[in-house]
Amino acid sequence: MKKVVRGFYSIAHSVKLCKPNVIAAYPITPQTEIVENLAKMYSNGELGDCEYVTAESEFGAASILVGASAAGARTFTATCSQGLVLMSEVLLNAAGMRLPIVIVNTNRALSAPLSIWNDHQDSMLLRDGGLIQIHVETNQEAHDMVPLAFKVAENPRVMLPFMVNMDGFKLTHAYEPVDLLDQEIVDSFLPPYEPPVYMTTKNPLTFGSYAPPHCYAEFRVTLQNAMMRALDEIEKAYKDWAEITGRYWGGHAVGEYTDDAELVVVSMGSLTGMVRDVVNEMRREGKKVGLLKLRTFRPFPVKEVRNALKNANKILVFERAVSFGYEGPVGIEVKSAIFGFTPEFYSFAVGLGGRDVPREEIVKIIGDVYEGKVEQGFHFGTIKEFEEVVV
Amino acid sequence: MSFFGPGHGACPGCGLTIATRNVLEALEGKCFVSNSTGCLEIVSSQYERSAWGVPYIHSLFENAAAVAAGIELALKALKRTDEGKVVVFAGDGATADIGIGPLSGMLDRNHDVIYICLDNEAYQNTGNQQSGLTPTGSNTTTMPAGELMPGKTGRKKDMISIAVGHGIPYVATATVAFYADLRRKVKKAAEIEGAKYIQIHTPCVTGWGIDGKQTLESARLAFETALYPIIEYENGELTKVRKIKDRKPVEEYLRIQRRFRHLFKHPKGQEIIRILQKIADDNAAKFNLDV
Amino acid sequence: MVIRITLGGISKPHSSKSMKTGDWGTEFPIVDEEKCTACRACEHLCPDGCIVVVEKGEKKVAVPDYDYCKGCGVCFTACPADAIRMELKDIYKLDVC
Repeated sequence: MKKVVRGFYSIAHSVKLCKPNVIAAYPITPQTEIVENLAKMYSNGELGDCEYVTAESEFGAASILVGASAAGARTFTATCSQGLVLMSEVLLNAAGMRLPIVIVNTNRALSAPLSIWNDHQDSMLLRDGGLIQIHVETNQEAHDMVPLAFKVAENPRVMLPFMVNMDGFKLTHAYEPVDLLDQEIVDSFLPPYEPPVYMTTKNPLTFGSYAPPHCYAEFRVTLQNAMMRALDEIEKAYKDWAEITGRYWGGHAVGEYTDDAELVVVSMGSLTGMVRDVVNEMRREGKKVGLLKLRTFRPFPVKEVRNALKNANKILVFERAVSFGYEGPVGIEVKSAIFGFTPEFYSFAVGLGGRDVPREEIVKIIGDVYEGKVEQGFHFGTIKEFEEVVV
Repeated sequence: MSFFGPGHGACPGCGLTIATRNVLEALEGKCFVSNSTGCLEIVSSQYERSAWGVPYIHSLFENAAAVAAGIELALKALKRTDEGKVVVFAGDGATADIGIGPLSGMLDRNHDVIYICLDNEAYQNTGNQQSGLTPTGSNTTTMPAGELMPGKTGRKKDMISIAVGHGIPYVATATVAFYADLRRKVKKAAEIEGAKYIQIHTPCVTGWGIDGKQTLESARLAFETALYPIIEYENGELTKVRKIKDRKPVEEYLRIQRRFRHLFKHPKGQEIIRILQKIADDNAAKFNLDV
Repeated sequence: MVIRITLGGISKPHSSKSMKTGDWGTEFPIVDEEKCTACRACEHLCPDGCIVVVEKGEKKVAVPDYDYCKGCGVCFTACPADAIRMELKDIYKLDVC
């Protein structure tokens, strides 16, 4: 049933239908409304046997889910920014312990200076942590990704934390018509969680052993293998989802006009809609541009990215974060994925800390790159003239 | 049936493994253990060398209380609460310093969890570094006694008052010197719904500089000098204290341990000993410990 | 040799038993079975859980497990009946000349 809802509600509704056993909540803008909506559902008795708990910090919330997940529960939390950073020690631990916790991260900038607005600096920090990470463009996509996240995370071939990234405010607080799932559909896609192993007095196992040098590396190999297996398992889940709902989200990376494009623009998250619009317009003007919408960030879909970019003479990446001291993190990944190809390579960090990205900026950057007016390499988007002073 | 060990890697004469074994036996092994990083975790949870006979989890240094809360919630949600109680084992550093936030959250939400603080009065796993529960005057590697400094100058943090302040139904101290009392308290805690905090004084042979043959003696002297009062709070009220017959001067406790030995020759030693004696006297007065 | 790598490092209970710690100590306890009252103080206080009261003939007595005993002497100090003494292992009895 299509309803105009805000992004945070589309998540809460979807989480409810996944029948989690334990939800841990801690407020942080702009995620708060997700857990507020879940809290309302809990308070009204709509979450069944789910235990909803307000933690003392994001660190506590994630830790609660580690215990709950190890004891066999389906678990959910949402966070972003400083909260995600505070959770990071726990989430990396959960990855190593192979606990299928699902997190929605409402991407937000990192301090300092403090900013509650959107970019991707927060999730990039967790790049190497062993969490599956996907980025969504719309609230329908975010809504659909929640059941999918549980399905993949809890897949015995995967067993990893899964983080769905959606842009803070730009998606979370946006009104959008969303085809809201119903219980029957989600039930047919996502069975109750049956952990392959869990804490029980009937089989008193030891979880979270420490590994001496003689076996630590092998554990890290199994983590890497699980991540790489997730690439296939995510694809399979998308196909199952399409069969049930009629919505196919196109896999890890979705190319448009990439076969004959001279310039392919790479984008991730909610900015993609506008980039697509500009690309389509330039196509109508006969310009050979294409789009690659990157959806899965970890595991990184090297095959799909290489395939989509193999014919491009120029690649332009729109970054929503900076790897300070180098360049934009998505560009780094994309360049590494296309090793051996020799296109011109450009990346632009735009919309940092929630700075509005006007259509004209996108038009100008793509146009300038297309026409060869820009130097190759990393650039910041529109930056005001400033003078750097101490006080 | 043993629920812990043998074959674990604790030092000979280790106090905290004595406490752990007694807690598990008092619960007859019907429990889920959440353990912080530290001595107990390191000596008992090496991969394929686990000493545990009960379901056990180690996640991080500072989150054992939150992990325990999560287990408790999962058991409730999955209708498996009859399987056993949820117990935390955490060291003094994990409890009073790095993990006090998650501990406070767990106590505040009043989860049905028994929190055991194994108090060996320093970060002993990493080799005797000062913690919030290190007593005044103790020589640690991060505040060593030197020409200027007489060891720790601050006080031992009053975790008991902090726990009581959370309004939880049961708070107690115990010591390996009196294992029957320790077991009774754990059994009592298991009968009470809600959060329970029990702080157990567990001598550390290496950090305190004692021999295994002094493990019980040093624990007993801590009690007999009133430096470690053995007390019980129920619903915020002090309900029971273990009385001391012929309370001993603190020097008797200090003298047998290497960590306090400098106090007997350091220029500020006598002042520290006087402070410690005052702490003991205040404890005796506050809890009416003297027979 | 193929090693087992479990999901997230899960270990089996009591797998520490493969670590025989009996060679750690320099001393070992000897129980005087006449004096032992089977009160279990040693059993409850052994840090390693390696002294247990068992039936031996008509009597119950404490029996140390030397495979694991680290010779710490806690049982010796815990015994209210003075029934445990510590003895130096032969290999540590050095002749000083």
